Amino acid sequence: MSGVGQQRATASLRHRLAERGVDAALLLLVPGLVVALALFVYPFSYGIGLTIQPTAAMQEQWGGGIFANYVAFFSDPFVFDSVGLTMRLALPAALFNVLASVPVAMVLRHRFRGKRLLTSLLVLPITLGTVLTAQGLLIFAGRQGWLNRTLLEIGLIDEPLQLVNNYLGVMFSLVITGFPFAFLLISSYLSGIDPSLEQAAKTLGAGWWQRFRRIVLPLLAPGLATTFVLTFVLAFSVFPSARLVGDAMGETRVMSLMAFRAFGEQNDYAMASTIALMMGAVELIVVVAVLGLRSLLYRGTTGGKG
Amino acid sequence: MSDFESLELRGVGRRFGGVDALSGLDLTIKSGEFVALLGPSGCGKSTALNCLAGLLPLTHGEILLDGRRIDTLPPERRGFGMVFQSYALFPHLSVEKNVAFGLQMQGLPRAEIDSRVREAISLVKLGEHAKKLPGQLSGGQQQRVAIARAVVLEPSLVLMDEPLSNLDAKLRLDMRTEIRRLHQSLGLTTIYVTHDQEEALSLADRLVVMREGRVQQVGTPDELYESPTSWYVADFMGYRNILPATVVSTSAGEAVVELPGTAGGGDGARLTGRAVGGLAAGDDVRVAIRPEDFVLVSSGVSAGSPTGRAAGSIPGAVSVVEYHGREHAVGVQTGDTMLHARTPAAPQVGAPVSLTAPVERVLVFPEALDAVVPQEVAA
Repeated sequence: MSGVGQQRATASLRHRLAERGVDAALLLLVPGLVVALALFVYPFSYGIGLTIQPTAAMQEQWGGGIFANYVAFFSDPFVFDSVGLTMRLALPAALFNVLASVPVAMVLRHRFRGKRLLTSLLVLPITLGTVLTAQGLLIFAGRQGWLNRTLLEIGLIDEPLQLVNNYLGVMFSLVITGFPFAFLLISSYLSGIDPSLEQAAKTLGAGWWQRFRRIVLPLLAPGLATTFVLTFVLAFSVFPSARLVGDAMGETRVMSLMAFRAFGEQNDYAMASTIALMMGAVELIVVVAVLGLRSLLYRGTTGGKG
Repeated sequence: MSDFESLELRGVGRRFGGVDALSGLDLTIKSGEFVALLGPSGCGKSTALNCLAGLLPLTHGEILLDGRRIDTLPPERRGFGMVFQSYALFPHLSVEKNVAFGLQMQGLPRAEIDSRVREAISLVKLGEHAKKLPGQLSGGQQQRVAIARAVVLEPSLVLMDEPLSNLDAKLRLDMRTEIRRLHQSLGLTTIYVTHDQEEALSLADRLVVMREGRVQQVGTPDELYESPTSWYVADFMGYRNILPATVVSTSAGEAVVELPGTAGGGDGARLTGRAVGGLAAGDDVRVAIRPEDFVLVSSGVSAGSPTGRAAGSIPGAVSVVEYHGREHAVGVQTGDTMLHARTPAAPQVGAPVSLTAPVERVLVFPEALDAVVPQEVAA
C-alpha cells in the first residue's frame, strides 16, 4: 500500500526538527529546568512523601494508617480551624487591596504636579520587609504607640485602642505590604486601556460613572482577577505579621503558624508537610475558582500599549 | 439631521506649556457643510478638533452654536459625534452594542434603540456582522462601525480625525466615497481633519489650510487649488516644485525671477510668472509650478506645446523616470535642484532637456509666510 500521495519530505532532518520546534534554542530551557527540578519538584515530591509517613503517636491518636496526618488535619479542630482563620484574613485583605487600588490608580493616570512623589510614597512599602512593617506597626499603633498616646492626649479616647496583637494588626500589615503590589499591577493594566476609548464614550454622552462602569471596568476586570489572585496568595501565606502583630494562638492562628508549630515545636515534619500541602490545596481552590470566573470575561485586546 | 444654523469659532486658541498649538482660529460653519482642516502633523488641526469636541479645554476664544456658547460644556453634553483615527471602538462590545452605546446613554426606550441601531448598521452595510466583536472585523469595517456609532445619535456636528489614515490605499478610496455619501444622504455637518490634500479636495465643500497653529487660507477646493495665497498652501495643493528665487523685475501682476539653484546662464535660469501679493525687484520669493504644468522639450523637439506665452525655460538632464500608467513622472536635474514634470512618453535617462511652462501657471510668492494675512472666502 505504498501511497503515491504520500510524498517523502526532502528537507534535511535538522530542518524538519526545527519545523516541530526542536532546535538549539531548546538548550535555553536547561538552566530553568535544573532549578525547577532541584528546588521545586524534588522537595515538593519529598514533602508529599513525608505526609504519608505519620509518626507512631499520630497514627495511634487519629488512626487512618498512613493517612493519619490527613485524618488529624480534618479532625483536630485546633488545626482545621486555622483554614477559616486564614481565609478570614486573606480574602478581605486581598479584596480591599484590589478595590482600594482601582480609584487610586484611576486618579494617578492623569498628569499632575507631585504625581511621582505620590506614586513613590504608595509603592515604597513594597521595599519594607514584613518584619519591619510589623515592628513599625507595634511602635505606631501599639497600646503605648504614638497614635494612641496622641489620641489620649487630645482627649478623643479614654483608653488606648486595641489596634495590634489581634486581627486588626495583621490586617493592617497585609494591607501595607499588599496594597503597593495591587496598585502597581492595576496601574499597568489601566495603562493598557486605550485612552481614546474613554474619549469616545465621552463624545457619546457617557458621564464618568457610566464610562467607568461600561468601558473601563469590563476591560479591567480580568486584570482585577489576576491581581486579586496574586495578593490573595501573598496574604494567605502570612506568617511573620500573624505572629508579631497578631494573636498567634487566637484569632490569627493562620495555617503557616500551625505548620511552623508542628515543625518547630513538635518536631513532626510529617504533620508540618501535611499542613503545608493543605495550604497549597486551599490556595489552589481559590485561584482556580477566580481564574474560572475570569475566563468568562472579555479578555481580548484593550487597544492600548499594555 | 443638523438642527442648527451655524457654528462659530471666535479666536479659538490652545496653549501647551507656553507653546501655541492653535491660535486665533476664526471660522463659521454653516449647517450641512463639509469642512476639511488640512495641514501636516503638528499644525494644530487635531487640536482644533479636540477643542471643538470638548476633549481639550480652550485657553482662548469661544465656540458658539447659533450664538449659544458651548465651549464651557463637557464633551458628553455637546452632542457632537466623533470618529477617531484609531476608531476607538469598545473592544468588549459587539458591533450592535457599540452602536447602541450612545443611545443607551440618552436613556431611550429599548425598542427605539433597537430599530435605530439596525438602521445605522444597515446604512454602513454591516448587517451580517452586527453580532461580531470589533476585533473580528477588518480595518474598513471597523471604521464603518465607528461612523455608524457617531451618526446614529443624529449629532448636530460630526467630527472626523484622520479617519482613513489607518487604511490601505484602495480601501481609503472606497471609504472616502462612503463618507461623502453618508454626509449627503444624512444631511450631516462634518468637520474633517486630514493631512492628505487629495482627501480634503475630494470630500470638502470648504478647506482650511493650517500651519503652526494658524490658519493659512480658507476657501473652496477650487479656490485653493487654482489660487493659493502662499507657497505653503501651494505646496499642499500639488505644486510639487517650490523653488527659492529672487525678483529681477515686476510689471502688471507679473514678475521675472532668477532661480539660483538651477542651471542656466549667470545666476540661474530666468522665468516669468504670475505675482501673488505685492512684490518688488530684489525680493526673495518662492516659485511654485505643478509637475503637470511643466512642458518637457528635448533637444529641440517639444513633447507638447505650452498653451499660451512661455515663462522661459530651465535647462537640465533627465535623471529619474517613473511609470504612472498613462503618463510618466520625470525627475529633471538642473544645477543642484531636482524638478518634477510629467510627460506622456518616457524620455531617455540622461537626455538633455529643457523645461518650460505657461506664464499664468508659474506662481511667484513672497518668501515670508507670516506676511500672508489669512483671508476668509465666503462659501
